[in-house]
Amino acid sequence: MVVTEPAPTLSTTTPATEAAVVARELGFSYKGRRALDGVDFEVPEGSVYGFLGPNGAGKSTLFRLLATLLPVKEGRAHLLGHDLATEAAAVRRLLGITFQTPSLDLALTVAENLRHHGHLYGLSGKALSVAIGEQLERFGLADRHGERAEKLSGGLRRRVELAKTLLSRPRLLLLDEPSTGLDPRARRELQATLGELAAEGTTVLLTTHFIEEAERCDRLLVLDRGRTVAEGTPTELVAEVGGEVVTLEGRGDAAALAADVVAELGDGAENLQVAARDVRFEVGRGAGGAQSAAWETVARLARKLPGWEERVSAVTVARPDLEDVFLHRTGRPFDDSRRGEEEAP
Amino acid sequence: MSAGVSTGGATWLPLASLWRREVVRFLREPSRILSAAATPLVFWLLIGSGFSGAFQLPGSGADGVGFLAYFYPGTVVLVVLFAAIFSTISLIEDRRDGFLQGVMAAPVTRLGVVGGKVAGGATLAWVQGAAFLALAPAAGLSLDLGSALLAAGVLALLAVQLAAIGFACAWRVSSTQGFHAVMNLLLMPLWLLSGAFFPPSAAPGWLAVAMRANPLTYGVAAFSGALHGSGGAQAAAGLPPLGVSLAVTAALTAAAVALAWATARTGGVR
Repeated sequence: MVVTEPAPTLSTTTPATEAAVVARELGFSYKGRRALDGVDFEVPEGSVYGFLGPNGAGKSTLFRLLATLLPVKEGRAHLLGHDLATEAAAVRRLLGITFQTPSLDLALTVAENLRHHGHLYGLSGKALSVAIGEQLERFGLADRHGERAEKLSGGLRRRVELAKTLLSRPRLLLLDEPSTGLDPRARRELQATLGELAAEGTTVLLTTHFIEEAERCDRLLVLDRGRTVAEGTPTELVAEVGGEVVTLEGRGDAAALAADVVAELGDGAENLQVAARDVRFEVGRGAGGAQSAAWETVARLARKLPGWEERVSAVTVARPDLEDVFLHRTGRPFDDSRRGEEEAP
Repeated sequence: MSAGVSTGGATWLPLASLWRREVVRFLREPSRILSAAATPLVFWLLIGSGFSGAFQLPGSGADGVGFLAYFYPGTVVLVVLFAAIFSTISLIEDRRDGFLQGVMAAPVTRLGVVGGKVAGGATLAWVQGAAFLALAPAAGLSLDLGSALLAAGVLALLAVQLAAIGFACAWRVSSTQGFHAVMNLLLMPLWLLSGAFFPPSAAPGWLAVAMRANPLTYGVAAFSGALHGSGGAQAAAGLPPLGVSLAVTAALTAAAVALAWATARTGGVR
């Protein structure tokens, strides 16, 4: 008569399933230009959540709405139980925000910047001094506290910015393109820090147009032209594309090569794209399993296509990544849409 | 809560912190201090001395007020005017450098933001004006403690008033160049027609009316009245009496602060 099921105890309850942010039909227009169009998402508490999209996708608008810098006029959003439209003041107290352009005062020292920021968030005296000491320590800035911000490198400034943001112990951290302008090492450090914070229970929201950064998020909202393209964990999103991605690096006329590929494979080459000299297409999972189908297809092309040796310099078969997810869903490559948006005002 | 994002949060601690920041930034730029001190001094000496031979207040005898003495209060007001208005350029720089967005997204009331910036600019302007007050003996004015304190008080009112006007303009202008253009268009006529440069009694009728309608005339008159006393010279110059000037200046200061506050409540960061 032994009950083997472990009895639930108070110490092991998991509060991590609550949603820190819930947005429904969130939209925004700038003087008639639709920047965000009915976006829905839920951010689990204590996770790293990314808004991924090319420039002009609506990420910054979404960021500014959540940061209480734009008024919520369409749809609803709740941050940690507070309505963004009516309780902005309460939201602000719980938010930590890191902007893309640093909000440091370059004429002030590192410590003065932190002190000033603490005052804005209602911290003062001993408590503030302790908090400043902790953050300087955490970000390895202790020996820099008396230096003027203007003398620091971009990576260091970003660290001060983050230290400053964390002073008020925000439960929700909002970062706009945090990796922009950082070298690879600083980028890795940032990723590690954000991971630590999430593990401590802080919910981290970030916007990004870097695929590599997005891949490290727990969940993603992929945006394009103000609309939701996809939502889910990076693994789920990539799995949805399925199969493999074949890229043929051409030597000459990529369009003619693409036409020959289509003629040979027909529907077997999904989402075919021509970019510069490359022809790229997806091959669905064959009955026999993953890897074989793509290579079989390549072998078939090599046999059948006239002048294969001269026309194709290299072949890549890869698992799909988030860029492929974007293409799969929108029919346009991630980079192309970025170029297109930059031309728009 | 019709326009913009509703605001809320703390007022006084952020206000004090923003004020302190303005002062610290000023003290870290020696060139700003030097130019603030030297420009009006040069201005006063060159213009005042040049005009002194040609200028005599109507109705005053040979022992009347010379131009260097008449021009002195106007110069002090000019010091405060430029210092206060141009200190609010920092608002545009704060926005450009990204500093302001951090303040706007913090749990700080708009009154805290306005108060901190205006108090900071006004403090810098007041200190510069008050330092110039120390030159009063050189202008042939002997000040007792009472009139010195009154004069300093008037300068404080003016400093707050002008910093608040500067804030309201800077809030809407996106570049420092634009701000300079607007301010030069507005400020120079305002100052020239304030009785700082020439008295209303010496001006043709239409100009005298314009000077009467100029809000800054009352600030200049209040300050000059505090220095010279509200006696004959003040009346001879056609400046409004001290009591009226003080009341109008105080009211205008309150109105300017209200304007700055209202401006900051309507707009976003952009």
